[in-house]
Amino acid sequence: MTAKAKKEYDVIIIGGGPAGLSAGIYTSRSRLSSLLIERGVVGGRIADAELVENYPGFAEGISGAELGQLMQQQAAKYGLSFVTAEVTGLELKKDKRVVKTTRGDFTAKAVIIASGSERGKLNIPGEKELTGRGVSYCATCDAPFFKEKPIAVVGGGNAAISEALHLAKFASHVIVIHRRNQLRATRIMEEKARAQSRIEFLWDTVVEKIEGKDAVRRLILRQVKTGKPSTLDVAGVFVSVGLKPSTDFLKGVVPLDKAGYIITNDLMETKIPGIFAAGDIRQHSPRQAITAAGDGATAAVFAEKFINQ
Amino acid sequence: MSKPIEVDDASFEQKVLQSKIPVLVDFWAPWCRPCLMAAPVLEELASDYASKITFAKLDVDQNAQVAAKYNIMAIPNLIIFKEGKPVSQIVGYKPKEELKKDLDAVL
Repeated sequence: MTAKAKKEYDVIIIGGGPAGLSAGIYTSRSRLSSLLIERGVVGGRIADAELVENYPGFAEGISGAELGQLMQQQAAKYGLSFVTAEVTGLELKKDKRVVKTTRGDFTAKAVIIASGSERGKLNIPGEKELTGRGVSYCATCDAPFFKEKPIAVVGGGNAAISEALHLAKFASHVIVIHRRNQLRATRIMEEKARAQSRIEFLWDTVVEKIEGKDAVRRLILRQVKTGKPSTLDVAGVFVSVGLKPSTDFLKGVVPLDKAGYIITNDLMETKIPGIFAAGDIRQHSPRQAITAAGDGATAAVFAEKFINQ
Repeated sequence: MSKPIEVDDASFEQKVLQSKIPVLVDFWAPWCRPCLMAAPVLEELASDYASKITFAKLDVDQNAQVAAKYNIMAIPNLIIFKEGKPVSQIVGYKPKEELKKDLDAVL
């Protein structure tokens, strides 16, 4: 499907999460020739979620992976084309936009950037060295390797709590380490975690170092308020801290805020005509699958208007 | 067309460690979504690198011995074996272009 991909489209969508797929459903149904470029796996961040319980229409919840697959099927049904490639740059020409990728250049009348965010790292000693040796970024992948062992989760958002709940099915106990004294996660997620006896919390605490030779053995912690150091023996540590926007390829082309998010108006237009943005990549996005999908639909509607004007 | 072969605890020694050409072993499990997504990429690469590198899959859920021997604690996890020894390891999902660089480095 990738080798013979055509090169010119009405709309190019960068990123295959809920924002991009939703945009693709709308542009394809408008019979605009549309290409979605994804560097890895279609589905986006939500695909890592074991169970999505806040996407309307799925009263019993749905796995994030399945939700992503359904969106992809729906978009493909209406003719959205897909290509697997990394976008390396965006160039503006007179009446077209050139998307540069590892599979060559593609051009379009309008571009919708929905490349979302990637997981943050702790950037502390031991993290890189022990990745795959107890440091993990995917609980649904790696939880079974830690049966009846003590595990730490670093972070306090919905993703972190979702990981802790999944890990609690396998680990002897799960210690959630959060740098503040309350969670950022939704209340109902917090209630679930507090009801699970294998989950404990360490508040106002940061991880300074991950120790271990062939595998993670111990974390060096610091209490933020008192500055007091401590250690915690664990067999693994799951990192679920902040997300950072995937906008490096846009620097100097599309105006970004200080943190690297794209600034848009309420029509999802960036400052550059014909360039739209949707989903987590936008400034102040609440980073929910449903808001991303809404953004995608909005961007698609106004991209169509832009093309037809 | 060359496709990835299945290896297990019993066949690992013969099919991987005694192979005359390098073998990339994909340590995976059915519950790991990124592993399932990586599979088609590895199938394409198996074709591209046919006769240069053998591509193999090992289900860590069914084959705990080999997984434990190589201390597998995160998947997807690709280890390239050359003359019976691990020479390169890639943890986590990586796009095709990046994997190619790792493969070329081994040849």
